[in-house]
Amino acid sequence: MILAVEVGAETVGSHIAPLLIELGAVVLGLAILGRAAHRVGLSPVPLYLLGGLAFGHGGVLPLTASGDFVEVGAEIGVLLLLLTLGLEYSASELVGNLRGSGWTAPVDLVANATPGFLAGLLLGFGWRGGLALAGVTWVSSSGIVAKTLSDLGRLANRETGSILSVLVLEDLAMALYLPVLTVVVMGGGLARGSLQVATAVGVLLLVLVVSLRYGERLSRLLPADNPELLTLTLMGAMLLVAGLTQQLQVSAAVGAFLVGIAVSGPVAIGAHQLLMPLRDLFAAVFFVFFGLSTDPSEIPAVLLPAVALGVLTAATKVGSGWYAARRAGVGKRGRLRAGLTLTPRGEFSIVIAGLAATGLGEARLTSLAATYVLLLAVAGPLLARCADPLANWMYPPLPGREPRLAG
Amino acid sequence: MAQPGRPDSHSRGDLGRVDVEETKLPGIGLRHEFLTVRERRIGVLTHRMGRRDVFLYSEDDPDAVESMVILTDDEADTLSGLLGGARFAEHLDRALGEVPGVAIERLPLPVDSRYAGHVLGDTHARTETGVSIVALLRAGDVLPAPGPATCLLGGDTLVVVGTPEGIAALSALLAR
Repeated sequence: MILAVEVGAETVGSHIAPLLIELGAVVLGLAILGRAAHRVGLSPVPLYLLGGLAFGHGGVLPLTASGDFVEVGAEIGVLLLLLTLGLEYSASELVGNLRGSGWTAPVDLVANATPGFLAGLLLGFGWRGGLALAGVTWVSSSGIVAKTLSDLGRLANRETGSILSVLVLEDLAMALYLPVLTVVVMGGGLARGSLQVATAVGVLLLVLVVSLRYGERLSRLLPADNPELLTLTLMGAMLLVAGLTQQLQVSAAVGAFLVGIAVSGPVAIGAHQLLMPLRDLFAAVFFVFFGLSTDPSEIPAVLLPAVALGVLTAATKVGSGWYAARRAGVGKRGRLRAGLTLTPRGEFSIVIAGLAATGLGEARLTSLAATYVLLLAVAGPLLARCADPLANWMYPPLPGREPRLAG
Repeated sequence: MAQPGRPDSHSRGDLGRVDVEETKLPGIGLRHEFLTVRERRIGVLTHRMGRRDVFLYSEDDPDAVESMVILTDDEADTLSGLLGGARFAEHLDRALGEVPGVAIERLPLPVDSRYAGHVLGDTHARTETGVSIVALLRAGDVLPAPGPATCLLGGDTLVVVGTPEGIAALSALLAR
């Protein structure tokens, strides 16, 4: 009996050491990459992806011991990304944005998803792959865009309202799109598929209505003044709801997003701060995991389509952003800024590609999405930075204006 | 109050006598802005975490912020007090300007005054000089209608109402 325990402990010990070493090396490596990204003012997402490529199959340093942990960690990373996103919005903000938005969301969808869908068909991924790629090219990265706005000191600009409105609408649309995509890539008949989509819509509406009506009361049940208990409560609720929604095949990520939406008020702000470090850690693991599951040797083959798709969908995003800003009564220079600021694609595109990869098993699609996001996550913030010089060139300020005293 | 054809998050409200435009920025906070009579657009962005940005829009590009100042909670309080306090005294001035023989004055309480750290009642201002102390301005805050038990601090400004002679006498009293 004792002997068995000792043997057991030893095998566990011999397994745990390489796992810890490997995991430590990976996370430290990410820290170094993140530091480099910070120094040059880039989003760390593309560098994390590159890190994942280096550690993956066919990379420079393939991981062997920590694969399982990274896989589960990546799953939690997606959930935390969506939970914290949901925490930033309240149900009333979402509904308010939807009400006043008019054609903004449809224009954004048609302009940016169509190129992805057609590219999917052209490259031979079938309509399922096309649908996944449509999602990849559709959604801007809330994370990168928000950070760019704050880095460039444009939070108070008048076009920022329309930029954020587009992001909110896209995030809300994801709550419908992800379940649809889950159903589509998992196969299953039309009848079962539509049943699941109906379930997804039902769950979404239920959560929106419940959190509109009882959000504050529900949020008051949370232990706001105890960080430890708040973390445990939210993590527990997130995992449980995500698991249940996954069971219903509505997509776990949407479950986590809905938990975030349901929590509102001061608790949501506190919880957001509390979960940030956890999210950063696990989201980094997720991006690495996605890089891991991408085969770097596939990239040269998809480089050209990725660049073409990147250029095309950057242009369509400028168009749909321009439209959104014009609706809000913003001037031409502001419209250009809005469009260019919305070009980065990031975490959501990777979430979508990851979902498609598990279902479709199309290696080229994964590499294409990874390359595409690498391109636009780096180029997007640079484009946003170029907006003002570009606007000066396109719409020069009227010369010969009387200089006026301030005030 | 939503404007037709505009997103619902925009609304115009009348804060005071100026047409203030309010915009909700999901995930960031709330932005208020207005156009001054001299055609400069100025605004305040209140972040969810309490940070406040005061900013001025560019004259060439009405949508772009030209310069911005980031204020902490305390700094924002101080700024609003400076604006609010000055306005408070002006309002009083205007209200009392028409009463002959009554003056309103702002008297600083010297840091080394014997009354610094004492309660207002200790000055016996009203019995000695006939002057009423109607408000205290402290670090940008307005404390209206202070009572005899209100504590005075060096550096406070007292807003007083009385005859010019009475106010002069109080000024001398406070400087002791």
